[in-house]
This record gives sequence, C-alpha cells and structure tokens, in this order.
Amino acid sequence: MEPSFFVVQTLNGLASASALFIAACGLTIIFGVTRIVNFAHGSFYMLGAYFAVLLADRLLGIHYGPLMFWVAVLLAALGAGVLGAVMELTLLRRIYKAPELFQLLATFGVVLIVQDAVVWLFGPQDLLGPRAPGLTGAVDILGHRFPVYELMLVFAGPVVLAAIWLLFNRTRFGILVRAATHDREMLAALGVNQAVLFTAAVFLGCALAGLAGALEIARKPATPHMDVNIIAEAFVVTVIGGMGSVPGAFLAAVLIGVLQAFGILVFPKITLVLVFLVMAVVLVVRPWGLLGRPEPQLRGEPAMMLPLAPWSRTASLWALAGVAALVAFPLIADAFALKLVIEVMVFALFAMSLNLLLGLGGVISFGHAAWFGLGAYGAALAVRHLGAPMELALLLAPLTAGAVAALAGAFIVRLSGVYLAMLTLAVAQVVYAVAFQWVEVTGGDNGLIGIWPSDWASGRLAYYYLTLMLAGAGIALLIRVSFSPFGYALRAARDSALRAETVGINVRRQRWAAFTLAGAAAGLAGGLYVFSKGNIDPGALAIPTSVDALAMALLGGVQTITGPILGAAALHLMKDFVMPLTDYWRVLLGLVIIGFVLVFPGGVVGTLRGLAARRGGEASR
Amino acid sequence: MSIHRAVRDAVSRRAALGAIAALAGLATAILGIASAQAQDSIRIGELNSYSRFAAFTVPYRNGWQMALDEINAAGGVNGRMIEVISRDDGGTTGDAVRVAEELVSRDKVDFLLGTFLSNVGLAVADFANQRKTLFIAWGPLTDALTMAKGNPYTFRIRPNTWMQVGMLVDAVKDLDTKRWAIVAPNYEYGQSAAANFKTLLARVNPDAEIVVEQYPALGKIDAGATVSAIEQARPDAIFNVLFGGDLVSFVREGTTRGLFEDRTVASMLTGEPEWLLPLKAEAPVGWIATGYPWQGVTEGPHAAFIAAYREKYDETPRLGSMLGYVIMYMIRDMLLEADSTDTDAMVAALEDFSFESIVGPVTIRSIDNQGSFGAWVGRIAVEDGSGTLTDWRYYDGTDFLASEDEVEAMRGD
Repeated sequence: MEPSFFVVQTLNGLASASALFIAACGLTIIFGVTRIVNFAHGSFYMLGAYFAVLLADRLLGIHYGPLMFWVAVLLAALGAGVLGAVMELTLLRRIYKAPELFQLLATFGVVLIVQDAVVWLFGPQDLLGPRAPGLTGAVDILGHRFPVYELMLVFAGPVVLAAIWLLFNRTRFGILVRAATHDREMLAALGVNQAVLFTAAVFLGCALAGLAGALEIARKPATPHMDVNIIAEAFVVTVIGGMGSVPGAFLAAVLIGVLQAFGILVFPKITLVLVFLVMAVVLVVRPWGLLGRPEPQLRGEPAMMLPLAPWSRTASLWALAGVAALVAFPLIADAFALKLVIEVMVFALFAMSLNLLLGLGGVISFGHAAWFGLGAYGAALAVRHLGAPMELALLLAPLTAGAVAALAGAFIVRLSGVYLAMLTLAVAQVVYAVAFQWVEVTGGDNGLIGIWPSDWASGRLAYYYLTLMLAGAGIALLIRVSFSPFGYALRAARDSALRAETVGINVRRQRWAAFTLAGAAAGLAGGLYVFSKGNIDPGALAIPTSVDALAMALLGGVQTITGPILGAAALHLMKDFVMPLTDYWRVLLGLVIIGFVLVFPGGVVGTLRGLAARRGGEASR
Repeated sequence: MSIHRAVRDAVSRRAALGAIAALAGLATAILGIASAQAQDSIRIGELNSYSRFAAFTVPYRNGWQMALDEINAAGGVNGRMIEVISRDDGGTTGDAVRVAEELVSRDKVDFLLGTFLSNVGLAVADFANQRKTLFIAWGPLTDALTMAKGNPYTFRIRPNTWMQVGMLVDAVKDLDTKRWAIVAPNYEYGQSAAANFKTLLARVNPDAEIVVEQYPALGKIDAGATVSAIEQARPDAIFNVLFGGDLVSFVREGTTRGLFEDRTVASMLTGEPEWLLPLKAEAPVGWIATGYPWQGVTEGPHAAFIAAYREKYDETPRLGSMLGYVIMYMIRDMLLEADSTDTDAMVAALEDFSFESIVGPVTIRSIDNQGSFGAWVGRIAVEDGSGTLTDWRYYDGTDFLASEDEVEAMRGD
C-alpha cells in the first residue's frame, strides 16, 4: 500500500467517523439522562436531513452563499430538536417509570409514524440537497484529490465533541446532565427540576441527530429509509463506547470508521457485518463498552413485575376451552382464515419463547429473530441440501436454534440490562449477515424457496392441526416450565439476582438454560413458519422480526403467562386487517402501539388484572 | 355521581363500544364473511410494495390503471370487465405470501400480478407454483425468477439482469478498455449483475481484466473510502450497479475526486427516470447507461401513451408507468387468446405468446417464460437542469436472452 493512499484512506475513515459520531452522540446523551433507549433517534436524523434539504433549497434561492447553507443546517437541527422535545413532553414523560422495553417499543411506534409522515409530507422520491457552497472543491493531499467538505467533516466530529465537553463541564446545565447520568434519584432528592432537565436533554440529543442528518445532505440525498440505515450503527457506536459516555462514542466511531475504510480493501463485502462483529467482540471483552460504567443500580424495588398468579383450575378450564375452540375452528373458517390462525399460532409460540426470557427471566433479548430465523433456516437447509423430509426438518429446527442459542447464550448471560440486549442484537445481526452473504448455501437475500410440507400435511387443514399440535405442545411446555422449580429460580433471579445467589441459585446457569430453551422454542416456531410460507429469506432474521416478537409479548403483558398468546393474535390480525386499508398502515400501527403503551403500561392482560384487583379492593373497602 | 365520574364512565362506555365495533370488524375480516362479489368480471390479484417503495410502484400503478380504464371503457374482454384487486405486499416475503394467499383463496382472483423486490417476487412465484396459479411479475430483475428458480406458472416481461448487462456490454465492447473496476451494492441484484458482467465481458473482450471490485452494503455506502479504493487500482473503465442514494454519494465523491475523468463508466439502470430525477443537474454526464428516454419518443403509439399519461397524471412517465401500461394490455391480449380464465388455458396462451406493445412486438418464449421486451441504452446528459439519455438506441431483448442451453442447464423443471 502506498503511504499516500494510506493517509487518504485514513482521512476517509475519519470523515465517516465524524458523521457517525455526531449521529450517535445524541443517543448516548438521551440514554445517559433518561435511561431511555431512543429507537426513534434515526427518525430525527432523517427529519434533520429533510428539513435541511428543503431549507437550503429555499434559502440558497434567496441568496447563494455559505452563510445561507449553514443557517439551513442549524435551523434543521433546531427543528429536529424541537420535535424531540415534543416527543418528550407528549410521550416519553408518561413512560419513564414503565419497563425499559415499553419505552423501546413506544419509540419504535414513533419510528413507524415518522416513516410514513415523511413520505406523506415530502413525497416518496429521494430528495437531493445542494452541495455546500464554498466547500465543493477538493484539495491536493499527497497527490490525491480530497474533497474539502470531507476534510471539514474530519474536524467537525472533534469540534462537536469539544463543544459537548464544554457544555457538560462549564455550564450548570451540563453539570446537572452529568449528575443525572450518574444518579438521577439523588439529583431528584436534591430538588432539581427533572422535568425541565429531561426535556432539555432530549432536545439536545435530537438536535444533534438532526445536525448529523443535515450535515449529510451535501453527501447524499434525503431518503425515507435513512432512519433505519443509521439507527443500528448509532446503537453500535453508543454501546461500544459505553452507554452514556460521549468520549466513548467518539472513540467507537473512530474505531469503526477506520476499520471500515481499510476493511473494504481486504474484504469488499465486509461492511454489512463489520460493526456488529466489533460490537460483539468489545462486549465479550469489556461488558460495559470501552469507556462505560456498570449501570447504576436504581434504588427501591423494581416494582414493575407482579408475581405470577399460580396456575389455577380456572386457568386450566380456560386453556381447555381455547384448545377446543381451535380444534373446532376449521368448521366455520375458510381457507384463508385457517392460514391466518396458523400464523397466529406460530407467532404465539415465538412470543411465548421470548416471554420466558422477558417475563420470567427479566432478560431483555433484542435479537430474538435470530432463533426464529435459525430454526427456519435449519429446517429449510435440511430440506434443500440434505433432502430431509418435513418431519426430520421440523425436528432439526429447534435443535439448530437451541444449539446456537446455547453457544451464544454462554457469552450473553455474562452481561445484563441494556448491554445484554445489545449483545443479543449483535448476535442476531451476525446471523443475519451470514444468511445474507453465504449465497451458495443460504441463497443470499433471495432466500430459499420451495420448502413445502410433506404430502400428508400439505393440505391446509392437515397443516393447521399439525401446527396446533406442535405449537400447542411447545406453549404447554413453556407454561409447565414457568411453574417448575426452574421457573421459580428464574423468577427469583429476576426479582433479586443477589438474593437468589445467596440462597444458592446459580443465576447465570439458570439464565443460560432459559436462553437455550427459549432459542429452541423460537426455532420450532421458525420451522413451522417456513413450511407454512414455503420460503425463507434473511428478512425473518432482521430487526423488525425481533421487534414484532417484543411487541407481541409486551402488548399481551410480560407479567402474565398467557398474555403473549393474545398479544400475538392481536398484532398479527391487526396487521392483516389494517394493511389492505391504506398505504399508510405503518402510521396506524405506530399509533396503536403507542396508544397501547400509554393506556396499558402493564400490557393488556396485566392491566386488566390490575384493574380487576383494584376494583376488588374498592369493593371490599 | 360526580360530573367527573360521569364523563369518565361515558368515555369508557364509548371506548368499549368502539372496541366491540373493532372486534366485530376483525371477526368479519378473519372469517371472511361479507365477501359478496361480482362473478362476471375477470379478477386480477395485484400486489406491490406501494408503501415501502412508492417512488417506483405508484407510477406503475398509474400505468396499469390507465390501461385498465381504456380497456374497460372499450368494453373489456369479450364483454367481461377486468377488475383489479390491488394490495400492499408489505415489502417482505412473509407479508407478500400471506397477501397472495388472501387474494387467491378469499378474493378468488384469476391470477396474480405485481411485486417489486426480487426476493418478494421469487417467494410469490414459488407460492404461485405451489398453488398452480398464474403469476405475472412486474418489477423483479433477478435472473433466478426465470432461470435457476423459474417455474411454469411465472412469467416476466421486463428484461432481467442478464439481458440488461448484455446490452451494456454490447454498447461498450468496441471501446478501448482493458482494466475494469466493478462497484455494486452488496445483495443479489448487485452480485449477479457483477457476475454476469464478468462472464459477458470475457466473451466479447478476452483481454479485459477486472482490477478491483467494491461491494458496499445497500444504502450504506462509505463513498469516500470506496472511491479511493477504486482509484487506487487505476482502472480504465468502471462498471457501476449502484443506484439511489448510494449512487448520489458515489457520484459526488467521485466527481470531486476526479474518478470519472478520462474513464468510461457503464452503468445499470441509471438512465431510468426513477433514478435520474432525484439526481437533478448532477446526473453523471457521459456515462453509458440503460434507461428510458421518453423525451426522445416522438411518434407512434408510444408517443401517444406518453402524451396521454402526462395529461392524465400531470407528471412525466417513469419506466414503471410504461411497463405497467404494457403489461395490462398484454393481459388483455392473453385473455383474448385464452378465451377463458382457467389457469391452464392462460398459461398455454402465454407460451410462445407474441403481442404488439406500444414499443414494438414482444414474444414470451416458452423455455423460460421470459419476455423479449428490451431496454434503451444511451449516454447520460443534462438538459434544463435534469438528466436525460442521448445517443440512445433501443435494444430488442430477443438478441440478449440467455441461450436455450444456458437456461436448460439452470432450470429444474
């Protein structure tokens, strides 16, 4: 490699790093203060880009010059910040006390709404912004032409870092932000107005996201997909740096930017997976990220989890009635209704398997799609490459997913909280990348097709009963496990890991076993899914599938045993019901999710039970 | 009872009523009650990514809608009207197969039409094969749809990746270029375009060599690093498969860094209005690209279509609009030929089917169900602040179809 090329490629890497850092540092600030993982961060980045394109076009039309361009960029950032503050005031403020997953889900609802709003407001076509006046040229660096704008970006990252440092260390606001990052309850006890502080922090974070998006308009068009493209990387940068640490985010961005610039020379296809590989390695070696600290322990009881009601005779009767209804359902249903209910049953098993981790274990898995997809791919590959019949493939599905879950789980359960969630995300993304990239075996992004059931099960009715039997058995097993000593040990570890250890429960081993079991159950769901659809592609392994599972579990209520089944039915049927009605069905989905989170902070079944309990209490008074 | 309490109760009662209404609606939807339908019309089940890829699919919808209105206004097909039931396919294979299932088993459509993404197209094609239903694909470019994973029930008119690469290679074969760079998005379309390019280039120019290949992730190009990596290999020419936002970043970085100076660039799809319009005045001048130069069409039925389309929708046609229009007329001709909506009759009608499109005659050959519809190749220029194609010519797809031996070697059926 020529030395001059080495220098230029390093600069390329640093320019990307700056862009990435500015996009990610707002996320880390918001998390540090509010403890909310803001899934909608990418949406504010996208809004910043759209605002900047429109403003810059308008302002440069009035007067062409650098001043107008930068005014547009700053106004766009402010606009994104203001919208962020609106989100804080109307949504986040109501759910600070909700479980973190609810917060994640609510911000995901915002993602859906913004996505459709952007298409509706600005049109579906990519919007190309102007290049930055005065910075369109190139400078000569060791014989290579290097764009001035990129050179400016190389310095923009450190400038933003310095500005944030000054803000945090030289102003009262910054001191309060740092204090809140350390210990927000102590801060509250000292009489600091948290409401204003939180709004300001979210404003700042979203404005930074908007700034990052606005800076990008000179390099790429504003598109309706740019939110999703940035959010995973912003997460990764935040996690590698250590959640809440701004300098850590900077380090991580530089690490990723430079690795990427040189990585593509050796492996041109590496970009897909590189960031997640780096994150997985960092989390295994340094569980809190490069400059992060263990999450501060919140005082008081983690009161969100109600104890599970014991399995009663009434519950058995209900379960029996449910199974009977499903057995009789084909009598009144047409072919498509059967198909829908097959899918609902598959997703119910999938959601139940996630709930074993979420509800019983208190372990947040953000990459549950990995096990669903591995089961599906395990079955599909067995059919495709080994010529296995459906029966064998359906057996291999949970085994494949369970085996990989056991392997990955061994590393994952060493972490906790958000870091654990992010490691599960990284694992899922690596699995996704393998399925995507290993074209010879997995068929790449086109996936595998022609995976249909054996002849005896190929009729709709036969497959319906097969699914009912297998998914039903899986769900029954998961329920049984929840009330076994193993289930009680998991719940003990969830409510107080320390006390559980004290009485001799090996928390990690319990969680590891739960992880493996949940993986296998999700794998079975994946296997059933692939034979019902006839095809599988990497989309089944992607983030939206994980989010679907979370939404199902949460809508039903994680602290109940049967909630996820209802959640799966509600979400899947709603999707099928709403999608044909409008091109903007994502807005509706997003609104419903947010509405649910606001109205039923404990999930449907949980909230109803809470209401019933309260009403009972009132009556007895 | 306090007023406060009364209001709350009223609200909750209304909420309960709303919930009951919603549940009833849902139950209706699940059980498929209320599906009274006119049986005398011909029903087409149409599914596409209207929500996720509106910039491409909405012009296509306009195109087929226009043809549909014309056909029905002229009396339909042998007196039967054509009815299109159009749905969003969600942009994922899972959703698309469910929607296709609903169209076939509940809406009782006679055949399926549509899809944009290649993986979605393949999944729906496989579903059609399983259910022995005709499927006419609109958008997917993947070769697999008619070759390696082709099936008897799936037909495509649009020229696939292999054909479009072949046309581009033909357009550059006489240029003095030895050292080629390839830059393509890292997914099936990009990879197979790159692979086709290597194969086809070696056939016309055995001395040529590929000196560098870059495969940035779709939508996430690190343009500066990619441009430098290509520049470092000092190619004579670049084969580009990037599109959309990735292409814009690549063009801006490459132009500023002088990557395209004195280099030939052959580029897939860049000349289509869908991709040219967002580039505005920054369309890369001089690139040789496949596309749709509607501005240059001045006579014949094609020009009439363009005028009518602009009149009706107050926008310029995209490639997708024209394809949607052509396909709907092809469907009419197929129905006339088959004189039935029986799947076997329609499939039989489409085998070695010839029809006259607004662009010219098109044949669907029976060996792979791929149509001979062609594409335009020209040089990109900028006129009045937006990109167009100049020096273009229409390449008839017939000459660029994969040979029958190649198809036979790949197809399983």
